[in-house]
Amino acid sequence: MNRRDFLRFAAGASVLPGAMLSTAGVAWAAVPADARYRDLLVLIELKGGNDGLNTLVPYASPTYYALRPKLAIARDQVVQLSDAAGLHPALEPLLPLWKSRELAVLQGVGYPEPNLSHFRSIEIWDTASKSTEYLQEGWLTRTFAAAPTPADFAADGVIVGSPDLGPLAGAGTRAIALANTEQFLRQGRLAIPEGNAHNRALQHILKVEADIVQAASHLNADHPFTTEFPQGGFGNAIKTACQVIANRAGVAVVRVTLSGFDTHSSQPGTQARLLGELSGGIVALKSALVELERWNDTLVLTYAEFGRRPKENLSNGSDHGTASVHFALGGRVAGGLYGEQPPLDRLSGDGNTGYAIDFRSVYATVLDRWWGVPSTAPLGGRFAPLPFLRA
Amino acid sequence: MKSLSISALIYAAFIAFPAVASAPLDYDDARHLLNRTGFGASDAEIRRMVGMTREEAAWSLLAGTRATAVTTPPAWTNDAGPLRYPRGENASDMERKQFQQEQIRDGLELRGWWLEEMLATPSPLTERMTLFWHNHFVSSQQKVKLAQLMYRQNVTLRAHALGHFGDLLHAIARDPAMVIYLDSAQNRKGAPNENFARELMELFTLGEGNYGEQDIKDAARAFTGWSLDRDSGRFVFRRFVHDYGSKTVLGRSGYFDGDGVLDILLAKVETAEFITRKLWREFVSADPDEAEVKKIASPFRDSRYDIKVALEALLVSDAFYAKENRGVLVKSPVDLVVGTLKQFDLKPGEPVPFAVAAAAMGQNLFSPPNVKGWPGGKAWINTSTLLARKAFLDRLFRADDAGASMADASTRAMTPAPKQALAAGGVQESEIARRIRFLRAMERGLKSVQFDSDAWLAELDTIEHARAEAATRLLLAYAPQAAADPASAPLAMVRQIVLDAAYQLK
Repeated sequence: MNRRDFLRFAAGASVLPGAMLSTAGVAWAAVPADARYRDLLVLIELKGGNDGLNTLVPYASPTYYALRPKLAIARDQVVQLSDAAGLHPALEPLLPLWKSRELAVLQGVGYPEPNLSHFRSIEIWDTASKSTEYLQEGWLTRTFAAAPTPADFAADGVIVGSPDLGPLAGAGTRAIALANTEQFLRQGRLAIPEGNAHNRALQHILKVEADIVQAASHLNADHPFTTEFPQGGFGNAIKTACQVIANRAGVAVVRVTLSGFDTHSSQPGTQARLLGELSGGIVALKSALVELERWNDTLVLTYAEFGRRPKENLSNGSDHGTASVHFALGGRVAGGLYGEQPPLDRLSGDGNTGYAIDFRSVYATVLDRWWGVPSTAPLGGRFAPLPFLRA
Repeated sequence: MKSLSISALIYAAFIAFPAVASAPLDYDDARHLLNRTGFGASDAEIRRMVGMTREEAAWSLLAGTRATAVTTPPAWTNDAGPLRYPRGENASDMERKQFQQEQIRDGLELRGWWLEEMLATPSPLTERMTLFWHNHFVSSQQKVKLAQLMYRQNVTLRAHALGHFGDLLHAIARDPAMVIYLDSAQNRKGAPNENFARELMELFTLGEGNYGEQDIKDAARAFTGWSLDRDSGRFVFRRFVHDYGSKTVLGRSGYFDGDGVLDILLAKVETAEFITRKLWREFVSADPDEAEVKKIASPFRDSRYDIKVALEALLVSDAFYAKENRGVLVKSPVDLVVGTLKQFDLKPGEPVPFAVAAAAMGQNLFSPPNVKGWPGGKAWINTSTLLARKAFLDRLFRADDAGASMADASTRAMTPAPKQALAAGGVQESEIARRIRFLRAMERGLKSVQFDSDAWLAELDTIEHARAEAATRLLLAYAPQAAADPASAPLAMVRQIVLDAAYQLK
């Protein structure tokens, strides 16, 4: 029974079985604890700050071409999505997803008082903090603390190919970071789950050892996909993510990272290569998820610390910016354009744009609408979900 | 000892010395003190301290502290300037790229140098305190970029590491790396940048809740014009962009400059309590005892913030030696790496791979994650960092490598120094190719140490059949999850002990 079926069932039943109402002390009980997180979230981090303006190109804007005499994508190269905006040519492989209305394009995703440091800004995104607030725990860590994943899950989340746990950082979460499943299983043998202690630090270490052992006992690395994964680092990361997802024991979230978007110089070639890897990886991901019959219960989201400055610099590149465009994909995504391109003729003192969608509204959509878990506490406030999921 | 004033000694005597003289230290006490204040104390060092009183032991450590490093720094640290970096919009791509790679290489060398100093110093407490201040007055090479400025900041931190906190605060406020890291260089009259003023109050002195937004605004004005000279990389005061107007900070009004504001902050007892609490968490336990903190903070402030006064009080306290505070702190990655190398008398030919190993465990020296520094404690341990720790220990104490010293020797000969490993590909090499080549070189570098388990066990001052017990007592601050098997071979025994979860504690 999937979540929607369950809700229909629950609404029709006059008396709910007691066990299903018990949600481990959590007030919110829209989805019972053992049925939560059956829908998967795949996060793709575009590390370094992808240039949104050349990802979704405002090809009808003379201001865009005036700001970027060298960097602008020529109108006839753009993969047109509307009469004002179109994709970078390297994203053409995503066009079938757009046409089948499984690709939502979120424009102008950012936050107030933007910070232009990579480290600080990704921390703001990962912890869903205000720009002036420092939080230690990731937004998903807080989510899972308030509404835990089922005990039989292999882990809360798996972080592929990066030692940094990002939205899963902080104590308490069952987050597994691995470069590839084989290596994780090999190293995992060093973990020793037994033991108990009255010492809180030791208790924490033993819990982490137990998490490793639990994940390792549930993960295999040998699902025979017919999908062909692209060569290269990102293709391998997508393949590893699919191996993780193929395991029967659940995980709520998988995060993969594509690095190299900090294009201060020689941007055109670099960004085209990276967006090519991204679109190739997404196409393979969809194909593998269709094989696993998971495409309809998977939501894929991209994110990054920031976009880049509208005006190109003198090194054939672009400097740190603010709001950017992001993608939501999946079998239950309601495709189309959301938000708006922040106006290019009204830039701030440092030459950056405002934002149209607060990134925490994207997170609220995941929590409220995709998973049916409360969003206000983990996000530190009420953020309106967006309508990019089908009812 | 020389830098310690008479009045500080008198204060120390008043506050720190318990009315009844404490019992002399036993083996576990001495081990606890040496490992909390240093790295991987040996059996012999511990035995030398057994029988001292708490006060004698604390003073033997405090008297030996230093203000300079013993290890020769990288040659480029002697460059006076001008600092070479591509400037303005005329700099070419190639110049920028070259500069960036050069700073990364120099930064690596710097990390190796500090790790080597931690191993070589006759006063490990000095390096622990330097690292403590690095995590208090945070600056990161990720933003500062210039390795030279990170080095100079490290020198400043060490010079004052066990001196007076007030002197350190005044020095760090005009430290060029800090001026860049917290945007003081952008702080000008009429267009103030509040970054430094805000962190100064929140993280460096008073702590949250002890000041208001208006205090930050006026303090920021007092620091306008505190900048750096782009050629020499030295601090410079630019009087034409300084705001000479009147300011009100924490209820006091006047024509303050930056130093005036620092003195206002130092006069507040909240500052002394904030620093004492942080020292408590570093040396004693995760939960400072507020009554004890207050008792230590006030003489600390009155001694003009003599750091030795505060440290001595902590290191002779009942709380420090309390049984419930033994083995309750999580070793930092630097603790684990440096402590293990020292503990087992492992001498790396090249230190950089070990600094890189600590970075993989979550502590990249000279690059704390943000202005709050490494959160530490339980946050050091997640699945990724714990496996990195275990894989590191596993590699050092793997049985199948023991007989492979010949192979290792030849690997060693082939291993390029990290600087060369990074430089080899030139500027044209792709980021990913360079990264992979670099990490392989680092992996090989970790094999450059050899552990002689028979010799190491033989050094323990004990009889043959009690070795498992003696090794456990030396290596673990907390009871192991499973007792070491006395019948196992030396290497297997050591390996079992260090892979026990309790080895992650201090």
